[in-house]
Amino acid sequence: MNDITTTKAEKVDTAPDPLPVAEVDQGRKPKMRAQHVNVFYGEKQAINDVSINIFDDKVTAFIGPSGCGKSTFLRTLNRMNDTIPSARVTGHIELDGEDIHAPAMDVVQLRARVGMVFQKPNPFPKSIYENIAYGPRIHGLTSSKSEMDQIVESSLRRAGLWDEVKDRLDESGTALSGGQQQRLCIARAIAVDPEVILMDEPCSALDPIATAKIEELIHELRGRYAIAIVTHNMQQAARVSQRTAFFHLGELVEYGKTSEIFTNPKAKRTQDYITGRYG
Amino acid sequence: MNEETTGHTLKAFDDDLNRLRALISQMGGLAEHAIREAIRCLQTRDLDAAKEVIANDAKLDALEIETEKRAIQVIALRAPMAGDLRDVVAALKISAVVERIGDYAKNIAKRIPKLEASRDIEPLSLMPEMARIATEMVHDVLNAFVERDAEAAMRVYERDQAVDDFYNSIFRTLLTHMMENQHNIGQAAHLLFIAKNIERVGDHATNIAEMVYYAATGEHLPDRIAKVEEGEADN
Repeated sequence: MNDITTTKAEKVDTAPDPLPVAEVDQGRKPKMRAQHVNVFYGEKQAINDVSINIFDDKVTAFIGPSGCGKSTFLRTLNRMNDTIPSARVTGHIELDGEDIHAPAMDVVQLRARVGMVFQKPNPFPKSIYENIAYGPRIHGLTSSKSEMDQIVESSLRRAGLWDEVKDRLDESGTALSGGQQQRLCIARAIAVDPEVILMDEPCSALDPIATAKIEELIHELRGRYAIAIVTHNMQQAARVSQRTAFFHLGELVEYGKTSEIFTNPKAKRTQDYITGRYG
Repeated sequence: MNEETTGHTLKAFDDDLNRLRALISQMGGLAEHAIREAIRCLQTRDLDAAKEVIANDAKLDALEIETEKRAIQVIALRAPMAGDLRDVVAALKISAVVERIGDYAKNIAKRIPKLEASRDIEPLSLMPEMARIATEMVHDVLNAFVERDAEAAMRVYERDQAVDDFYNSIFRTLLTHMMENQHNIGQAAHLLFIAKNIERVGDHATNIAEMVYYAATGEHLPDRIAKVEEGEADN
């Protein structure tokens, strides 16, 4: 028995290299295209040659054990890693065919087009109204108070928060519950009319009901925005996404339809991870 | 993908899955025994033992319910994924099929008293061999499930033809008997139903083979066979 275990354990992963595009998406035009991306923190390589395409009408989930690089990779998509002095990114990333590292690319503009929602809700210590209005104001998206009112209302509506806060827009955003704060942050991201929304474990600090509301929101926002979400919760990845990418040790091990990844993964590493055999 | 050697990080999950497999094995053992016993009673006209076969079917029914309960618990409490999920769903489906096989044994046993007074007619001598192959298929395919052995499941799938051949031969012989002498019709009809029941056991074993193949590989066996045949046509 021991012998068998040893030989089988030594078996290498025989799955072919993951395609940057899930087979079903071949020939479709991606919203974002990442090719041969490497990320280094000082000497340490956190991401190793990752290529992946992200599509407009799909929610793409990044899953993998802690330290696998999924958050690091997500952050390359709107150049959030630029803010970390020791981080160095190589490779090619496009948004609608434009190189996001091109000198002509305005990073502030890029982050408006590729918005981000973080693990812990981080509303500004300002009123609910100001939390939403801040982005459109600095990006010069409005010319009048009534126009701004409209953006605030529509953003809060799309984030499913309007009915809960419409009578207290002047109250501080930090006075809301955790789930409401997270939806406020999503409303804030939506307010600048982004094309892609990146979410880094948006529900890990929320209770199950608040989580369900965010998941429902993600479902509704799909179609309007390309969404990429990092999550530790595999059930969540299975519930909200149409495409799943499994990362391990800085590599993209497998990328495909969520329904396939969770019922019939091709790579043994993916199978072990999602069935709870990893490590 | 028959290469899962490492257990779950959560050991209790492995215990749950192993318990499900053990239940299926136990059901399989009972069903095989029931079919063999029914055929033995048929040959020896052992009415008491036939009654026991009928009574024992309740055990299989109870085990099917137990399997269903445990499978639903695993789904609810462990949220199995990928190969684990396919295994649990296969266990659910297989238990229903094995229960059905038990019903066939019971049905055969019920016919035995009706044959008591009759003299032997020829096809009776073919039945034990036919039943042996069919119960072996059940045995092997359930082993394949427990071992997650897709290749073994496929070999079972291919053996069903032998059972079908037996059935066709018995069918023709019984038909001849009926035509020769109408006094044979009653007995021949019972024997025909018994042969049909055994033939169905073989069919069910092939159905289980498909389920085992899918659970172990994530691919459907008929698709694979179609692919192979297509490939052959190309060559």
